[in-house]
Amino acid sequence: MSMKSGSLGRYIAMRVALAIPMIFVLLTLVFVMLRVAPGDPISASSGGAKMSQEKIDELRAAAGYDRPLIVQYGDYLADVVRFDFGTSVSTNQQVSDVILEKGGATVTLATGGLVFALLLGIPVGLLAGRFRDSAFDVFARLFGIITYAAPVFVVGLLAQQLFATKLGWFPLEGETDPLIANDIPATTHILILDAIWVNDWEVVWNVLWHLILPAATLGLLIVGVFIRMVRVNLIQTLRGDYVEAARARGIRERDVVVKHGFRNALVPVITVIGLQVALLLGGSVLTEKTFNWPGLGKQLIEFLNSRDYVAVQGLVTFIALVVVVISMLIDIINALIDPRVRY
Amino acid sequence: MTTANGTDSTTRTGSGTSRDTTAPVLAARDLRVWYGSERGPVAAVDGVTFDVRPGETLGLVGESGCGKSTLGRGVLGLLPPGAAVDGEVRFAGKNLVDLSARQLQQLRGPELGLIFQEPMTRLNPLMRVSEHFEEALRTHNGDLTKDEIRTRALDALRGMGIPASRYESFPHEFSGGMRQRIMIALALVLRPAFVVADEPTTALDVLVEAQIIQILADLRRNFDTALVLITHNLGIVAEACDRVAVMYAGHIVEQGDAREVFANPQHPYTQALMRSTISLSTTGLHYIPGSPPDLAHPPAGCRFHPRCPKAMKVCAQEAPPEVLLPNGTRNTCWLPVPDMTTADGRRPLEVEEISVADEA
Ligand SMILES: Nc1ncnc2c1ncn2[C@@H]1O[C@H](COP(=O)(O)OP(=O)(O)OP(=O)(O)O)[C@@H](O)[C@H]1O
Ligand code: SF4
Ligand SMILES: [Mg+2]
Repeated sequence: MSMKSGSLGRYIAMRVALAIPMIFVLLTLVFVMLRVAPGDPISASSGGAKMSQEKIDELRAAAGYDRPLIVQYGDYLADVVRFDFGTSVSTNQQVSDVILEKGGATVTLATGGLVFALLLGIPVGLLAGRFRDSAFDVFARLFGIITYAAPVFVVGLLAQQLFATKLGWFPLEGETDPLIANDIPATTHILILDAIWVNDWEVVWNVLWHLILPAATLGLLIVGVFIRMVRVNLIQTLRGDYVEAARARGIRERDVVVKHGFRNALVPVITVIGLQVALLLGGSVLTEKTFNWPGLGKQLIEFLNSRDYVAVQGLVTFIALVVVVISMLIDIINALIDPRVRY
Repeated sequence: MTTANGTDSTTRTGSGTSRDTTAPVLAARDLRVWYGSERGPVAAVDGVTFDVRPGETLGLVGESGCGKSTLGRGVLGLLPPGAAVDGEVRFAGKNLVDLSARQLQQLRGPELGLIFQEPMTRLNPLMRVSEHFEEALRTHNGDLTKDEIRTRALDALRGMGIPASRYESFPHEFSGGMRQRIMIALALVLRPAFVVADEPTTALDVLVEAQIIQILADLRRNFDTALVLITHNLGIVAEACDRVAVMYAGHIVEQGDAREVFANPQHPYTQALMRSTISLSTTGLHYIPGSPPDLAHPPAGCRFHPRCPKAMKVCAQEAPPEVLLPNGTRNTCWLPVPDMTTADGRRPLEVEEISVADEA
């Protein structure tokens, strides 16, 4: 696009600068909620198990939990700046290694869920808006409300029962069949991309086949938002002044609806994607649990179950950072598409 | 330039004066437009007849809500889904009221144009000015090359004082006055024979207003475009219009040569409207007492009778006829036709009778 790059550059710089205080606030929230509330991670991780007070004190001192909170807070921020998210108490793994190892599966699932929601939500929303108050419109709105309100694990279990157990169309759980992907080298740490990289199409299809049910489950959680927003946008756009003006110039009705209606109605979808990222990641925790999908969400629940609060804090910190960065990227993409955003 | 032909047959008895020799581009006969509403059908335009000739500007004035925009849109077939149209609009040998949506769409642009009141929101914010022109020209003139489109668009823009360097800009990079000039260029690039300008300057400041009015005046001189100029501003009508039509509650109550109507308003509503206009010479602020009628339930007889200072008994009972006055203007009122009314009917209407007639 041959736009005034000066103003675009300025906008991006401003948006990046704005992300820094957002990150700071989020990190502070994570620290306060996870560190201050449950005492300290060491005694928490011991749970009900018998551990001598000396042993606990020794571990606490080693981990630095005996120092004042404000010092710990400073350390925490300094670590995050170096992308050091701590070391798991339960598995002794670096949390950053866990992220590298499991993050790919979550990216795959979240992307699959988003693609499913967009592929279903946009056409349904556009048709519902174009043929407002038709039977299709009423059905689409109802569908959006129900899928939004239905809990992820209920939808997931129903999908498993019907399409995996009963019909056998899709596998019940996991990201691949067992052992099939063991010899794929981890290039990007996203299995499906790594498989494409080495031209192992059997694995690619296997992952896609495993992905469909969980992605649909996750996608249904947010598809209602897209349907509703696209529908309302289109109705408003088609009533708008420039649409009427286009008709007054004798533009063909098909072009009016598609070029002036659809295109303009879809611009805010990008913003909404940004707003849905948090819901998408939250939903993927439950979806991963339901479908035994080997991602960060499932890992997070395992860390929670073993009261590994250091690892939980590391993962939550990382997820918070991801949400901020994605919403920033979305705003920048938005500015590229809609010239008005930059002013 | 496309001019209407075959419209001669529609100039029926008494329509137009003997001075108007050229055939009208567009001739409306007994045009009616209703909107559906919860309170019943709203007759926003209720039996309107007028002609517009090539190069002529017809000013359309009247209080807010009297149906001016509805009339302008009805002629171009641009009404919302709930509206119904009846009557006749002769243009190029066709009755526009009978045309299909597709046929009307093809006429809009190359034959019929519309300029709106609010220029700020009338351009698609995601499309460059160039894309607006490309879309319009390509839709109606499929075999133009990209270069020809560019040349024609830049010519039209230059005529409106928009430099070629702004061709690739987005709408938000222009001021309101510039956007209105772009809208006008966009309407005129296809050289329509008939254009409705619906309060084209109401949203703009006075200097820009003068500029736009000048542009519209040049337009009819240079291209022989017939223009219906809807406005609240009687000053603009006096300055820019050849003829004027005064609307009240869905009717045209007086129409004729603009100078004649202004110098010598015949209809009580026109007189009241002129008196209510603020000018340097007026001392007090005049206004027309009462408010315009509810068009879902208009008063019987003459629609102006509840507010007319000269109302007679007959006015509350029967709708007045349209008559051609000796000065060439057309007037819809009982006053100039005493021989059509009885002595009793000519008695001044009492206030009590108004309320009785209203309830009837
Ligand atoms: N879409 C619509 N549905 C129902 N009624 C309408 C609609 N548009 C206009 N009307 C009614 O029709 C009447 C005429 O409206 P119109 O907009 O033509 O008036 P106008 O003379 O252009 O007024 P203004 O000077 O305020 O622009 C009004 O009573 C209005 O309430
Ligand atoms: S017909 Fe009667 S009420 Fe109507 S304008 Fe004429 S005098 Fe007034
Ligand atoms: Mg209007």
